[in-house]
Amino acid sequence: MPLLWLFLLILAIAAGAFVIARMRVMAMSGQDRRSLHSLPNYYGSNAAMKSAIPALLVLVVWLIAQPFYVNTVVSGMIPDDAIAQSSSRGLVLAEVRRAADGMDLAIATGNMTEDEARNTDADVADVTERLSTAGAIITSELTQPILRAAQQFRVLNSTGYQIMTIVVLLIAIAGGAWAVRETQPKFRARNVVEQGVRVLLIAAASIAILTTLGIVLSLVFNTIEFFRLYPAADFFFGTSWAPSFSGRGGASDLGILPLLWGTFYISIVALIVAVPVGLFSAIYLSEYASPKVRAFAKPMLEVLAGIPTIVYGLFALLTVGPLLVSVFGDDGLGWMQAGTAVMTAGLVMGIMLIPFVSSLSDDIINAVPQAMRDGSYGLGATQSETIRQVVLPAALPGIVGAILLAASRAIGETMIVVLGAGAAARLSLNPFDAMTTVTAKIVSQLTGDSDFASPEALVAFALGMTLFVITLGLNIFALYIVRKYREQYE
Amino acid sequence: MTDVKIKAKDVQVYYGDTHAIKDVSVEIENNTVTAFIGPSGCGKSTFLRCLNRMNDTIDICRVQGDIRIDGEDIYDKRVDPVQLRAKVGMVFQKPNPFPKSIYDNIAYGPRIHGMARNKAELDDIVERALRRGAIWDEVKDRLQAPGTGLSGGQQQRLCIARAVATEPEVLLMDEPCSALDPIATAQVEELIDELRQNYAVVIVTHSMQQAARVSQKTAFFHLGNLVEYDDTSKIFTNPEDSRTESYITGRIG
Amino acid sequence: MTDASMDSAPIKGSLIQVDARTKKRNAAEKRFKAYGLVAILIGLFFLVVLAVSILRSGIPAFTQAEMTLEFTLTQEEFDAAESQVLKTKAYEGIFIAKLQDALTEKGLTVAFDAAAIERLLGKPGSTIREFYRANPDQIGTPVTFSLPASSRVDGYFKGRVSRDTVVDSRFFEASDLDLVDALADAGIIVRNFNWNFITGSDSGVDNPGGAGIGVSVIGSFFMMLVVLALSLPIGVAASIYLEEFAPQNWFTDLIEVNISNLAAVPSIVFGILGLAVFIQFMHLPQSAPLVGGLVLTLMTLPTIIISTRASLKAVPPSIREAALGVGASKMQTVFHHVLPLAAPGILTGTIIGLAQALGETAPLLLIGMVGFIARAYPEGVVSGFIDPNSAMPAQIYTWAARADAGFYEKAWGGIIILLIFLLTMNIIAIILRRRFERRW
Repeated sequence: MPLLWLFLLILAIAAGAFVIARMRVMAMSGQDRRSLHSLPNYYGSNAAMKSAIPALLVLVVWLIAQPFYVNTVVSGMIPDDAIAQSSSRGLVLAEVRRAADGMDLAIATGNMTEDEARNTDADVADVTERLSTAGAIITSELTQPILRAAQQFRVLNSTGYQIMTIVVLLIAIAGGAWAVRETQPKFRARNVVEQGVRVLLIAAASIAILTTLGIVLSLVFNTIEFFRLYPAADFFFGTSWAPSFSGRGGASDLGILPLLWGTFYISIVALIVAVPVGLFSAIYLSEYASPKVRAFAKPMLEVLAGIPTIVYGLFALLTVGPLLVSVFGDDGLGWMQAGTAVMTAGLVMGIMLIPFVSSLSDDIINAVPQAMRDGSYGLGATQSETIRQVVLPAALPGIVGAILLAASRAIGETMIVVLGAGAAARLSLNPFDAMTTVTAKIVSQLTGDSDFASPEALVAFALGMTLFVITLGLNIFALYIVRKYREQYE
Repeated sequence: MTDVKIKAKDVQVYYGDTHAIKDVSVEIENNTVTAFIGPSGCGKSTFLRCLNRMNDTIDICRVQGDIRIDGEDIYDKRVDPVQLRAKVGMVFQKPNPFPKSIYDNIAYGPRIHGMARNKAELDDIVERALRRGAIWDEVKDRLQAPGTGLSGGQQQRLCIARAVATEPEVLLMDEPCSALDPIATAQVEELIDELRQNYAVVIVTHSMQQAARVSQKTAFFHLGNLVEYDDTSKIFTNPEDSRTESYITGRIG
Repeated sequence: MTDASMDSAPIKGSLIQVDARTKKRNAAEKRFKAYGLVAILIGLFFLVVLAVSILRSGIPAFTQAEMTLEFTLTQEEFDAAESQVLKTKAYEGIFIAKLQDALTEKGLTVAFDAAAIERLLGKPGSTIREFYRANPDQIGTPVTFSLPASSRVDGYFKGRVSRDTVVDSRFFEASDLDLVDALADAGIIVRNFNWNFITGSDSGVDNPGGAGIGVSVIGSFFMMLVVLALSLPIGVAASIYLEEFAPQNWFTDLIEVNISNLAAVPSIVFGILGLAVFIQFMHLPQSAPLVGGLVLTLMTLPTIIISTRASLKAVPPSIREAALGVGASKMQTVFHHVLPLAAPGILTGTIIGLAQALGETAPLLLIGMVGFIARAYPEGVVSGFIDPNSAMPAQIYTWAARADAGFYEKAWGGIIILLIFLLTMNIIAIILRRRFERRW
């Protein structure tokens, strides 16, 4: 893979620059390192840094920018009338990419030569035949514009990569050479290197900002795109969720309300399970349990938090669901139709959240000063009176914060609801009905071979945006409350 | 007449392996302020906490010996520490009002002990306690304000009022003025002298002047031992033990 | 005067007699304590139920009913079969004849037809043909074939299918169980340890018996390499900056706020980010461990940064002052003294972060690591990163979403393997912490 080689080559150039700079400064100082400003290795590092970092930076930018350029050029080659009625430009471009990949494959397997692949007069049927013998995935016979575009795509890409290789290597060598030239005993190499390292550290820390930015931008752009195709009012206030899939025809109903209702209903069931159990566990562990019991029970409860959510999902689908059906189903009380239901998902999610609530509450209860408890015991209060009337009220803001964080977890949880809650979106009050949630629908709208142009796929981004805003709001609010609470006792 | 309220005999306290209190015997009288003095770590606070079994809340602490209030062994298996603490109130070093309103702070004890039959009676108890705590005039207009919003001296008087609201027979005070400024200290000391009319008051203090000012009897603790216990005037003017004299004159401590 | 007469009389009543109100309060105290204990027990009960249902449903996945038959194919038989139009059918005929021989040899007579064999084994003919076409030198020598039995036969051995519950269909008939019993008596169908489950690849939707998790373990491994290679250096660098160098300003605040919020963003949102940025925008390949690793890196970074900062904070300032005092630069102080002392804590945090990433499923659904059949081991190191592959949790999800109940067992079995990995990682983290934990 040339990219890997290029990367290694840059590193090799940097290593070379390191050695040369170090030797040069040692030679200039007459092998006497005491006359140098910095340790010799810093001169080397300076050269290596100046050779590798700009080159790698250009490499990354180029890799991201080139597909844009190529896509724009290739897209311009396809006339509007070459795009079929049922298709879109995005799909045709995907086809072009597949054809180009197919040609690479055909060359690799010896079904085609490089010259043949570049031959602009090539016969479409012949190329299609060769590609399919090579095992490339081509949906149908290529059309002339697609073939031309694919050929152009390959040419542009390969020239692009050649130019990139040359440019990047030149930058690496130039950077190294410049650094070697400025190397002399009085040069403050250590300060420069440390400045460079500092910039790298800042860059690493900024990734958090970039990630948030990436999330927000990818959500916002696609959501705007969605609202261009589907009215926002219908999305936010629609009470029906019935996406139509391509082929079945008809317009989709994409109202978020049934999904939000399912999300909140399941989260409420989960909190009804998790909050009392988690809170009482925390109270028992922090106030009553002997050190031995605490040393055993606390990590055991926390094991529940370390279990991946897919395990809980499977537990809901295959264990809890059937169990509930046997009690509440047609053989029992007759309230439940199938194993996947609000109750199933809520119950299992509640189990998942128990350790979350309990360890957060544990921290918060422990933060209540002992003086408060002493004051209450000194008045002749029993331990439970102290907990209920002094400790819990004092810890209340913190506990509310913990519950809000748990709620945000519940709202954003995906695997349990995908497997345990069912797929039907409905507005119902029966907790034994199957319902679905925002997260489950994001998954179902975005998995599979989707083209991102249809409202049915784009709606997932609007759902994601809603989810992001709700959980972010809850988190910020909860963290604010918890922080305020901590400050009170510091 | 002076009668004995608390009688402690041969009390030993262990923190894990540390022998914190050694062979302490003391008799505390009714309507008297008894001061415990001594250098830091001498065991005076530990001993104080034995008197209402606050040490029970510390896992590694063991108490041996005989402590009797009104002739009843408070470490008897049948004694409920909750009932004991209603009888032996405590005020702590740092003011520790509950994060509740002033009213609820005072009403907390009477409520859990079921002392009031209705709201009017409770109001009455709260007012009486606040008056006895010499803070009524300052807070009567803002009973529903949070207790944590008061100044340090007010908070400590609130805590004293909270302790007297349950009508204890003995009041233990663990360095009640150490976190207060001189003016607040004077107010609290005045209060302690008034409380003597109704209670046996035991006060642990770092300040010898304070002990001399407020107490009638003084006990000097040193390294877990009760060195000397006598009338305050005698301890401060004519101590029998040389260690007491050294402490009083500032040579150890 | 005696001692007793000197004592004042109790005002509030005796301490020894517990009054009614205190009794009531103590009862309330006991009740309250019991609630706490019950809550803990509920939590532990759920843990036990979870563990039991994982083990009970998952362990059968590690065995598989197999039909083992040794026979020799002569060159004539091979040529004859290859000359037929329906070649696999011909091999099936050979197989049935040999099976008949083996049964008569053992003194058992059971009547069965080709359809019954197909219901039991799928299409044995094609397996046999592929073997001999690939290994023509084996013609004429005895070969032992181990053919996995169909999901229903397997279920019969594991108690999932019984004579009462079996429903006649084109997949299985109740009468087939007689044949299965006979073959089991003859030792031809046996339950073997299912190595294929651990090392193998996913099978088609109609063949739960052949499904294995091996390929997706490799996929997870490549993903974890990406996560480790990116999140450890970036996380450590970011933590060093924030903990040691960052000035108090709006930019630092912005980073801090972002990190604490990213730690609580639902994982599915990271999946959307991966889909939109890495696949839509950067055109990285779908379903590739590289993309999965990138997404999980972004997700794990906050965790690693938070734990790394805690370990850096735990290094006492006196160490920094000592280093600065002998004239080291700030950078040298951090890299020569603080970082090595914080290393065990950082490592522990990183392992726990990796374990969390290993079990994460939701983002992988969006970048296409499910919904296809992960069949091929990567050919080389590079292709391991960019070729489509699955990952353990995604593979488990794929199985759970399939219609055939035979796959459920595989899903549980996959969970056991996943949990073994997680447990190992956590134990390593705990050992590291115990071994190197330093109290200042």
